[in-house]
Amino acid sequence: MAQAQAELAHDNHGTPTGWKRWFYSTNHKDIGTLYLYFAIFAGVIGGALSGFMRWELAEPGIQIFPGLAQLVYGVSADASIDAGKHMFNVFTTAHGLIMVFFVVMPAVIGGFGNWFVPLMIGAPDMAFPRMNNISFWLLPSALLLLLISLFMEGPPGAMGSGGGWTVYPPYATAGQPGPAVDFVILSIHIAGASSILGAINFITTIFNMRAPGMTMFKMPLFPWAVLVTAFLLLIALPVLAGAITMLLTDRNFGTAFFDPAGGGDPILYQHLFWFFGHPEVYIMILPGFGMISHIISTFSRKPIFGYLAMVYAMIAIGAVGFIVWAHHMYTSGISLDTQRYFVAATMIIAVPTGVKIFSWIATMWGGSIRFTTPMLWAIGFIFLFTVGGVTGVVLANAGADRALHDTYYVVAHFHYVLSLGAVFTIFAGWYYWFPKMYGVMYNEFLGKLHFWIMFIGVNLIFFPQHFLGLAGMPRRYIDYPDAYTFWNSVSSWGYVVTIVGMFVFLVAMIDAWSRKRKAADNPWGEGATTLEWTLSSPPPYHQFENLPRFK
Amino acid sequence: MSVLSTHDQKNSANRKLMGWLLGLTLVMLGLSFAAVPLYDLFCRVTGFSGTTQVADANPKGTIAREMGVRFDATVSPGLPLRVVPARVETDPMGTVRTVVYRATNMSNEPLGTTASFNVAPLTTGGYFNKIECFCFSEQFLEPYETVEMPVTYFVDPDLDLDDTLHTIRQITLSYTFHAL
Repeated sequence: MAQAQAELAHDNHGTPTGWKRWFYSTNHKDIGTLYLYFAIFAGVIGGALSGFMRWELAEPGIQIFPGLAQLVYGVSADASIDAGKHMFNVFTTAHGLIMVFFVVMPAVIGGFGNWFVPLMIGAPDMAFPRMNNISFWLLPSALLLLLISLFMEGPPGAMGSGGGWTVYPPYATAGQPGPAVDFVILSIHIAGASSILGAINFITTIFNMRAPGMTMFKMPLFPWAVLVTAFLLLIALPVLAGAITMLLTDRNFGTAFFDPAGGGDPILYQHLFWFFGHPEVYIMILPGFGMISHIISTFSRKPIFGYLAMVYAMIAIGAVGFIVWAHHMYTSGISLDTQRYFVAATMIIAVPTGVKIFSWIATMWGGSIRFTTPMLWAIGFIFLFTVGGVTGVVLANAGADRALHDTYYVVAHFHYVLSLGAVFTIFAGWYYWFPKMYGVMYNEFLGKLHFWIMFIGVNLIFFPQHFLGLAGMPRRYIDYPDAYTFWNSVSSWGYVVTIVGMFVFLVAMIDAWSRKRKAADNPWGEGATTLEWTLSSPPPYHQFENLPRFK
Repeated sequence: MSVLSTHDQKNSANRKLMGWLLGLTLVMLGLSFAAVPLYDLFCRVTGFSGTTQVADANPKGTIAREMGVRFDATVSPGLPLRVVPARVETDPMGTVRTVVYRATNMSNEPLGTTASFNVAPLTTGGYFNKIECFCFSEQFLEPYETVEMPVTYFVDPDLDLDDTLHTIRQITLSYTFHAL
């Protein structure tokens, strides 16, 4: 009887069609695709927000935002200067939150993680397919809440939450009584719940569903990276959830967690936030580390150098990431000895990160390297991430941080490791796995053109920001003195170049989907050794019904 | 049949692991809230963030090095209170001294207030001892009443042993008055 039911269930195992395929999806590849498209959609919004900021900062004075505030919020011409100033801060806030929670995390964890973790470990699907569905579908509602917050009152008489992605009190509590901040908080709550559920799913899948013979230390590096990331998510995100819940009750229910009048301390929020916030930056980059390892190894036609060291380096980065949070708070009045500790601990992170960088270089060393599009993105990533890492070591010094805190030097630093680091890993993974995911080949020339234009563009945007920061230009301002004009205009021109690069990306995708060049099961040849390349391109809707034996 | 039973075993193993992971999530959520009283305790014990200490008397005597103490008062926006802080006092460290803040209710309504406090530089919090302070209790002022609010304090001479505070010549004791 049970056998008969199983047979029946098996017959219904076909591909669902129409809207049900996506809304009711429990298939890890479909959900991965949804995550990737969602990340692209949110990336367009987040990128557009930064475009307005670069447009405004292209020259000194206040040009763009007052008109934008009149247009969007319908404020009067008299009030438009103040509304414009606040709107600029709202844009920086929304840009940060969208890029962190709705672009990078969904792309590298939800997108590539869902697609390739089960394939690489030889599993038929994720451990909890229906939970996977809710993990994804929480995200659009979270993004919607964040977008609604842009049109809600924040501070008296102005729209949106403008306190930065960190949502520090007292500005987030006493300073902005309107509902905008509540919408932001609820949005982060829901995005966090989505990530926690996803993390539980990944850990269970990786621990319990590896193919027979695949021990933990035979597992490819990308699933390892996602595993470490998932643990970071599980430990860090509940702390953020707690902190913003306290913020919410401080705002609405009269508690005083962060209100000195009731015995609270706003600095406590900073500690809680950065206990989440620092691991969060590793959450965004670790899956990228995993992808880069595979790409470098594939196109050098060599196994990755120092596999075990790479695994332990990721674990070490994850673990040490939890004990360095106060390097974001050097200027909050912590004692000299505390600063000494956090300086030392922060610099120690450069050791496992260095192990990874050198192992990638050692993998390329003596290999037969092919400079395909994904390889260009991967090498570009290594170079740019190293630049961002070097400025990170500079900023780790509490003494230097006195001068550089909240300047454009910090902006340049974290965009080099995230916007140029994490985003380059996303594009590297996209081009690397594109033939696998869609069964069609992209045009190499267009892919390489996309890389080079984007590489030049983002460097034009962010390298001059080092100079601006060293010269003392603070972040999060709509205007600046004339002395900063030149490098700001270079930075804004860099944005234009980047937009051209994104246009080439669009052309490359349209070309790939309209020409439909059939991709081979393994288009990359003998260097690509992981299990996903043993399947057809695109993989069957259900794979590994007979589990692969892994030697 | 055997296929189904291994499937069930797999499912229960997955569920068990999910239980542990959910537990970890809840523990971290609990710890984030536990951080509130723990942070408060940590500040009071170590003087972190400029939190001053409470003492009954100074058992350590005085030393020759002098330390100035400046007094500062801030009133929350909208609170009809005027506070005049005491003037700078410079004494050999360890001297027990009492100063007086004068607060006036500037409205024709009775008014209740509490004060939050810390010292700057923040790292001197562990050495700044209060024996008596108006900030330990709530204050009530009748309309237009002026009250004198005493603070009895001493600076722990052990501050002299802290090599990160060798250059410090003055400590600022700051109060912020909040409406009740």
